[in-house]
Amino acid sequence: MNAPTYNFAYLDEQTKRMIRRAILKAIAIPGYQVPFASREMPMPYGWGTGGVQVTAAILGTNDVLKVIDQGSDDTTNAISIRKFFEKTAGVVTTTSTADATVIQTRHRIPEAPLHAQQVLVYQVPIPEPLRYLEPRETETRRMHALGEYGLMHVKLYEDIARFGHIATAYAYPVKVNARYVMDPSPTPKFDNPKMDNCPALQLFGAGREKRIYAIPPYTSVVSLDFEDHPFTRYKHDACCALCDSGDSYLDEIVTDNKGSRMFVCSDTDYCETRQSQGHRGSENAAPYAESKHA
Amino acid sequence: MTTIAEMPAGFADKVLSAQSTFRSVMDAMARPGSVQRIEAASGVPAPLMRGSAAIALTLFDQDTPVWLDAKMAATLDVAKWIKFHTSAPVIADSSVCSFALIGDIDQLPALQRFAIGSNDYPDRSTTLIVQVPSLTQGPAIELRGPGIDGTAVLRTQMAPDLLERLAVNHALFPRGIDLVLVADDAIVAIPRTTRFVAKEG
Repeated sequence: MNAPTYNFAYLDEQTKRMIRRAILKAIAIPGYQVPFASREMPMPYGWGTGGVQVTAAILGTNDVLKVIDQGSDDTTNAISIRKFFEKTAGVVTTTSTADATVIQTRHRIPEAPLHAQQVLVYQVPIPEPLRYLEPRETETRRMHALGEYGLMHVKLYEDIARFGHIATAYAYPVKVNARYVMDPSPTPKFDNPKMDNCPALQLFGAGREKRIYAIPPYTSVVSLDFEDHPFTRYKHDACCALCDSGDSYLDEIVTDNKGSRMFVCSDTDYCETRQSQGHRGSENAAPYAESKHA
Repeated sequence: MTTIAEMPAGFADKVLSAQSTFRSVMDAMARPGSVQRIEAASGVPAPLMRGSAAIALTLFDQDTPVWLDAKMAATLDVAKWIKFHTSAPVIADSSVCSFALIGDIDQLPALQRFAIGSNDYPDRSTTLIVQVPSLTQGPAIELRGPGIDGTAVLRTQMAPDLLERLAVNHALFPRGIDLVLVADDAIVAIPRTTRFVAKEG
């Protein structure tokens, strides 16, 4: 149902045009952060105001929307954004990665491979990968202009000097199309290889910081590393307790006060799909009983 | 002299027509060389094509100065239509325009005459909307770059020196202009990241 007092997908047309122009520039300059006139949205900063504005600007009546928060379709953030667009745009929503045409995500890339008909929209808190190293926008802008990323390599090197390995586990910096160093948003570095040569278009929206950037399909995305300390993915050394998957990204869940814990897939759709195919983990030996949520 | 009543109309449904047109342009920009269709219908002042008219209604507004080439500016129809429907200022200085509408690709001005952005702000550049006779017939040009899985093939009539000028445009990266080629309701985008290799035939 379309809430009658709002324009389709909430934003007014002037705002959408401005965001759409920024998206086109972002696609034309992969990894470059395009400034845009971010609006206040009816949710707090940090809840995905950037992602919501990008989604609102691209969403059409034929789209099928999926929203995930840390891989889950069922957390407050994901549900509220999904309901927001159900209400303001009347679009069909889904939890299935394969069925969705637009996927808005906070901090994960789905496990199921994305295809060319999809757009992945990331919610980004701090778009500037160099921000914690250099607080001045004028300086970081110059560094991007010159392609001067030595500071980032120093940061990764200091990780090695201090911990013996690159300890950055999320928001791991990448180089897009061999030019711009980009923050992939706080996704675990486990997800970084999925961004490389991805058939889907990837758009990034940072509402508070007023930046939009993009990775076109089939674009090289390389995680920064050193020859003697190559980039490695990281995941817990375990299988999912519910679906027994050995190659998905796992959340650690503490189950009592005595230090017991279990590991489950962070991507709920992936986990549920596997369970419905009959895969059983250590905590889920009984047939899958819970009905699929509507 | 065109009166408002005689002026070709805009979109019948502004919101959804602009959305579907934008998605076609976004898909074209994300997948250079792929031919996308513009489905939204609107009135079209000559010599604008359907596709360019829809793009104008979708992306132009008071924040985007527009420059018209000699063919587009031959009569006042296009300028008046753009001003009336989009409020975009039509300006004479191509070096500060956000969009340029090119009716005659053979008379395309030197690309340095458009805004190419700066290294600090490469996004402050002109997007050229260039009308061509066809996007399915003509010599094949091989495209490579972001958005393209291996290679893509563009078929259109393009002056050979234009390819050389676009190669210079590519070399300017991250500065540069982006092109949207329009033939009737078909569009192909060539962002500044795309590289060309002319092929036989």
